[in-house]
Amino acid sequence: MRTRIRALSAAALVAAALVATGCSSGDPTPGPAGGGEVVLRGCTAQNPLLGLMTNEVCGGHVLDVVTSQLMRYDAETAAPVYDIAESITTDDAQLFTVKLKKGYLFSDGTEVKAENFIRAWNYGAYAPNGMAQATFFEPIAGYADLQCPGDDCDANKPPKEELEGLQQVDEYTFTIRTTEPTSNMELRLGYTVFAPLPEAFFADPKSAEFGRTPIGSGPYKVTSNTATEIVMEPNEHYTGAFKGKVDRIVYRIYDNDSSAAWADLLAGNLDFNDIVPGDQLVGDAWIAELGQERTVVRTSGTIEVLTVSPNDPQFKDNPKLRQAIGQAIDRETITREIYGGSRTPATGWVAPVVDGYLADQCGKACVYDPVQAKIDYDAAGGYQGILSVSVNGDGGHKDWAEAVCNNLRNNLGADCIVNLTPDFRTLLNQARDGELMGLFRNGWVMDYPSIENFLTPIYRVGAASNYSGYNNPEFESTLTQAAAATNLAQANELYQAAEAMLAQTYPTLPMWYRTTPAAWSTRVDNVVVTKMGWIDATQVTVHQP
Amino acid sequence: MIPVIIGATFILFVLVFALPGEPWQGRCGERECPASYIEAFKREYNLDKPLLLQYLLYLGKLVQGDLGVNFYNNRVIDELAVRYPTTVKLALIAIAVEIVIGIAAGLLAGINKGRFLDSLVVVSTLVVVSIPVFVIGSVSQWGVLQLHLNDIFPVTAAQGTIKQLILPGFVLGSLSVAYVARLTRTNLVENLRADYVRTARAKGLSTGRVIGVHTLRNSLIPVVTFIGYDFGSLMGGAIVTERIFNINGIGGFIFRSISQRDGVSVVGAVTVLVLVYLVANLLVDLLYGVLDPRISHD
Amino acid sequence: MTDPTHPGPEAMMGSTAGEFVVPSAEDQAAVAEVAGLDKPHSLGSEAWWQMRRRPMFWFSAGLIVLFLLMAVWPSLFTDADPRYCDLTQARHKPSREHWFGTDIQGCDVYARTIYGSRSSILVGVFCTAGVALIGSIVGLLAGFFGGWLDALLSRVGEIFFAIPTLLGGIVILYSFPSRPDTPYAIVVGKVVLAITLLQWPTIARIMRASVLQVMPHEYVTAARGLGARPGRIIVSHILPNAVAGVIAVATINLGVYIALEATLSFLGIGLQPPAISWGIAISEASRMGFLTSAPHMLLFPSVFLSLTVLAFIMLGEVVRDALDPRLR
Repeated sequence: MRTRIRALSAAALVAAALVATGCSSGDPTPGPAGGGEVVLRGCTAQNPLLGLMTNEVCGGHVLDVVTSQLMRYDAETAAPVYDIAESITTDDAQLFTVKLKKGYLFSDGTEVKAENFIRAWNYGAYAPNGMAQATFFEPIAGYADLQCPGDDCDANKPPKEELEGLQQVDEYTFTIRTTEPTSNMELRLGYTVFAPLPEAFFADPKSAEFGRTPIGSGPYKVTSNTATEIVMEPNEHYTGAFKGKVDRIVYRIYDNDSSAAWADLLAGNLDFNDIVPGDQLVGDAWIAELGQERTVVRTSGTIEVLTVSPNDPQFKDNPKLRQAIGQAIDRETITREIYGGSRTPATGWVAPVVDGYLADQCGKACVYDPVQAKIDYDAAGGYQGILSVSVNGDGGHKDWAEAVCNNLRNNLGADCIVNLTPDFRTLLNQARDGELMGLFRNGWVMDYPSIENFLTPIYRVGAASNYSGYNNPEFESTLTQAAAATNLAQANELYQAAEAMLAQTYPTLPMWYRTTPAAWSTRVDNVVVTKMGWIDATQVTVHQP
Repeated sequence: MIPVIIGATFILFVLVFALPGEPWQGRCGERECPASYIEAFKREYNLDKPLLLQYLLYLGKLVQGDLGVNFYNNRVIDELAVRYPTTVKLALIAIAVEIVIGIAAGLLAGINKGRFLDSLVVVSTLVVVSIPVFVIGSVSQWGVLQLHLNDIFPVTAAQGTIKQLILPGFVLGSLSVAYVARLTRTNLVENLRADYVRTARAKGLSTGRVIGVHTLRNSLIPVVTFIGYDFGSLMGGAIVTERIFNINGIGGFIFRSISQRDGVSVVGAVTVLVLVYLVANLLVDLLYGVLDPRISHD
Repeated sequence: MTDPTHPGPEAMMGSTAGEFVVPSAEDQAAVAEVAGLDKPHSLGSEAWWQMRRRPMFWFSAGLIVLFLLMAVWPSLFTDADPRYCDLTQARHKPSREHWFGTDIQGCDVYARTIYGSRSSILVGVFCTAGVALIGSIVGLLAGFFGGWLDALLSRVGEIFFAIPTLLGGIVILYSFPSRPDTPYAIVVGKVVLAITLLQWPTIARIMRASVLQVMPHEYVTAARGLGARPGRIIVSHILPNAVAGVIAVATINLGVYIALEATLSFLGIGLQPPAISWGIAISEASRMGFLTSAPHMLLFPSVFLSLTVLAFIMLGEVVRDALDPRLR
């Protein structure tokens, strides 16, 4: 889909971010001192430029450099390091004491103080304000009191307006108390939703002006925001440790077509592009065109699956049929021919980048064997009528969906048809309303790098993304045990056991793990592509003429 | 004119708001938006009211010249103001292409009626018409990149400068070139057979003079009207051309607004578009009267 | 706008926000000329005699027959299955085995091009028929009865005219998405309906103008005086005059509708797989990476599409020329 989820950037945690320095690769001395302008591929932000509202990449890429948080994910090591925070201490992983650095300024020159955090988070959590990211404050004590009873904000106001778990100690110190122990709190606090907001914001929170040119505490500030580009220039009040090198970042909007941005990159009008059109991936045309030194393919914590429709009577209680279908899909050839190898065939439900990943969890359904598949398919009774594979037409999924259908037609004799919805919205809609039969696409981008994140949000009963309607009491209890496990190894083992249970009934069929291909122009150096597949705009430099 | 605007906006309003899918979907990444977000969204944009009431509320604002605020909290009039200059520039370039190439080709063919040059113009213009615009667009882009001509003809036009718009303008204009050429040719041929031309020829005037003085003006009247109408419709933006060349014009804006279920933007933009179209038609009618003395007497 | 020599906005018929500028003012002028003829009975035979002498007529008619045959009976041209695709054979250049090469899915481009003719020609033919039918009826009613009915129908026509076809088509097709189990006829039917709904005013205007041209003539007045019913007057006096003009414009528009369908496919609406059509094939193949790696994917369906559009436009021209006495 076009507006990919940005997820909790904690995903940036795992492994080191890849450092690809243009021509000076391997040279330890830093590139030219700075200045100049870089042009990055952008898209229209779906919400006002506010951390509380933004969780899609288009707005998120801008906020990354415009705001700063208590923590910042280091681009090289991807670990969270103190940014605004002087220190965050806790004894029980439930009460955190946050001390701020003094003299850290917003781009309007006002100082970042404890109340800027507290007010911002209260505002974000208070349901009548309708902030899209409100749920990120859920772990903080008192969150429930800021929600509207019965989810109806017209009739009922929440009992409270402030989070009980946030207490100011002095101007530069405050405490966070969570409802349950939350050991990865520090990690979460680096996400832009936890950014402080200046006094100016609260004067008129609905201000369209603030949403376009926000006042943040990041290394850059938005100086102009139009329909065609968002321009960022250094924030002269910035005192943090992550000062940028270039004088101007132009975030150019390409909404209509991925090939237009690609043409611009080839023509040298664009410096960084993280979306390579499907037709360029075929046969690695894009790498041939640009060369290895201007391209990178990053593995990412993303898996693509085909969900078996829970409403389809033919698939109900027929795991053999599901398995036969999985077995008839030639993932190897599809990833090679359609994606030029930029995806890896999946052998389980968990992406290999996370701790706790175990290969071959999916069993037979992920191993291509057309002959056995046909035997099993017939034994399971086959699929009568039209078998539809539904994907959204705006995300470049049509090609692989067709290839899958061709596999099923040729290998099983199934009357497979690709159902293309005009856009991702429509696909979500139809999946939610139970209108989709057969198989439909789901992608999952991890929120944080844990095997748990690939299981709980997708397969637990009642989870928001449980589109397959998976409901297995044994699975549930294993997840509960795993969450309560004291050491990581034991937890991972339990999660792996839970994952293996999915192979009993195949609620979804794993397809492949996605990677993020990215490319850049000859003008820039020190291109660091993070785990999220985006350039670290504070490190990039431009050749000075 | 007013019933046309009301009718057209009403039809689009109902269609766009009846589109399956909700405007807030996809705004929260790959997950569902929280209920409180959706509710605040609905309240802000009157989506909690019945459709007819929504339309009347919208119409009430429209009458006062207010095109409303879209789902991105931007005033639609501002969104249009950003994009109209680009659309106008693109339309003008396309029209210029039509005039220069179209009329020249038409004259050439008309003068040489029945000869090879005539057939060449007729056939080649037809061939151009029969190729879908997106093929012409992508192939031209590809060709420019292959020939490394990007510095002269930039392959995309994000900023919408004149230089950037030349290639897309050619692509867009090429569609109408055929019609302009054919119209010029037909009218020229017809007029050259008229009695007054025969008289002029009999008097011994040269062909060039006959064409230049006597027939060209008459022949171009329908051409001018055609171009006028074409300009009117080009002002509505060119969805395909804008998409291929990343031009930030009206057509792409409308298309994107449809896919984002941003009804207010669609209806607002179309209202202006219909208005511009109708005004252009009106102007062409007037222009026609000025150019053709026979009509101005009515 | 009853002045027959005045090229009204019909000049823009088929015009979709500038992408498809189509039959021009000259068509309309020609139509009006035709409508003004006073000898309807000899018109058909004389036109036929005119057309027969033109090589362009035989060329275009031959092509059209060929494409129609392809649409009706594709297996006559190929015994390959257009739906059989082998990904390991993807993007092969034209060869003895695959005359037109294979596409990204490894399907035979030749077979798909042959089978693709059906959707494209169905859309073209049915849109033309639908537009001609609805347009004619509305135009007749408006012109013949005049008064408030005329005013009403003309306004309604203007409303649909003011909505750019491509834009309106996008909105309509977005509103009524097809499902995989939607029968093929309905998938095509939606595209046809959308185009028809937005295009009928083009013909309605021509029809209405023809009626208004014919009505004042003495033979019509006489027929009325003798007590002929409106139906009879329409059938024996008005239709013969108007029909020629409608045919001329309709054949030209047919090509335009085919191209319009391709454009809708390019934008991701309109016909969608598993339907096989030239529009789908072309829109897939026109992506820049494929222009380099597999140009044959674009070339063959494009040539077929262009030839079809070309054939219908040429036929329309020949018909119009034959019906226009001034051009003889």
